[in-house]
Amino acid sequence: MDWLNSIWEKIDAAFITENRWMLYLKGVGVTMEVALFAGIIGIILGTIVAFMKLSVKKNGKPTLLSHIANIYIDIIRGTPSVLQLLIMWFVVLASCKNGILVASLTFGINSGAYVAEIVRAGILAVDKGQTEAGRSLGLTQFQTMRYIVIPQAFKNVLPPLGNEFIVLIKETAIVGYVGLSDLTRVANQMTSKIYDAFTPLIGSAVVYFIIIKILTILLAKLERRLRKSDNR
Amino acid sequence: MIIVKDLHKEFEGNNHVLRGVNYHIQPGEKIVVVGPSGSGKSTFLRCLNLLERPTSGEIWFDGQKITDYKTDINKVRQHMGMVFQHFNLFNNLTIMDNITLAPIKLKLMSEEEARENALKLLNRVNLAEKADAYPGSLSGGQKQRIAIVRSLAMNPKVMLFDEPTSALDPEMVGEVLEVMKELADSGMTMVVVTHEMGFAREVGTKVLFMDGGIIVEENTPKEFFANPRSARLQEFLSKVL
Repeated sequence: MDWLNSIWEKIDAAFITENRWMLYLKGVGVTMEVALFAGIIGIILGTIVAFMKLSVKKNGKPTLLSHIANIYIDIIRGTPSVLQLLIMWFVVLASCKNGILVASLTFGINSGAYVAEIVRAGILAVDKGQTEAGRSLGLTQFQTMRYIVIPQAFKNVLPPLGNEFIVLIKETAIVGYVGLSDLTRVANQMTSKIYDAFTPLIGSAVVYFIIIKILTILLAKLERRLRKSDNR
Repeated sequence: MIIVKDLHKEFEGNNHVLRGVNYHIQPGEKIVVVGPSGSGKSTFLRCLNLLERPTSGEIWFDGQKITDYKTDINKVRQHMGMVFQHFNLFNNLTIMDNITLAPIKLKLMSEEEARENALKLLNRVNLAEKADAYPGSLSGGQKQRIAIVRSLAMNPKVMLFDEPTSALDPEMVGEVLEVMKELADSGMTMVVVTHEMGFAREVGTKVLFMDGGIIVEENTPKEFFANPRSARLQEFLSKVL
């Protein structure tokens, strides 16, 4: 039973001695905090950008706003998020020492680009006939969007938005770069402290996995409920 | 009531669909537009309420030049009902809300008035019991009758029909045509793009034959079917009758 003992010793060192599990728990807190703030910023920003991108002039050509939206999406998607984070931390917001704020903002701006594409696709997926019917009754573009298109697009958009949030949770694993002790950094630091990489790293991976598994199950439930209301 | 002058519509890629359409629709007329697919008849109809903006030419409605960019097209559309091939009922709203949305949001009626009016119209097409149902639970024929009611709820001066029976199962065509006939009898001005030659003959005051983006021939239904003048129309009629 020697090997069992040695495993227990490792688990003890990685998680239990000196209440070390508290560090991981705090790490999860940081991870979720950043992901949540970033998610909220991303949804707001992404929705605005989606409408900017969809805007057209009377002659059917894209507006200046739509070009700006495109540039923003291009830049975000064309650069690594680690670099975006470092640029925000050391350049753009160098005077701000609040890591959570900088990380949330960075990931929010990053996520906004992806959310914009999700929202845009969700709106475009609503049959053009719905818009035409609304406009043919004399409703304005805005009223047609507000009462007909957006309620239907909302259903299309919820499942991919959930996925985007899941991606976001995992993406935040790089906030250690700006000095935040999220779950990944806690595990990483523990590795060098106890000279054992296996236990803390696998342990934190399991924690990520469980969080995301729970979210996936909730999402699937939500999706099923949305689909049910389709054939009411 | 509607005057169309030298209407052209060119889609991207050199696709010249309308090549100079001229027509004058009088109040109370029932204009039926027939023609082969790709003849521009649907585009012509969709230009009348500017769902499709013509490349050049003029459209006048009740003395107002609606092709003018300064015209508030939303105001104009309140007076022009349109019925689509694919019904286009609002999937997220009940039948009642489908009908009352525009009159209420455009502040033409109070909520109560709009509901009362909707029920009256629903009774006219025998669908009052569907008021709280969603479009998804209705048959094609029912959907199209509701779509007609939705347009009528705005008290339009003219009704445009874009192949209203083309997406229906054969046994449902009759019920929709019946509603359209009643509407015609009530004196509504109508422009109908259709493949239903029986309807054209029975209800139309004028039948237009479109081909290649122009009106090739127009006549009273009787003359139109009995004595087609152009070779193109003779050929078309020999195929569809």
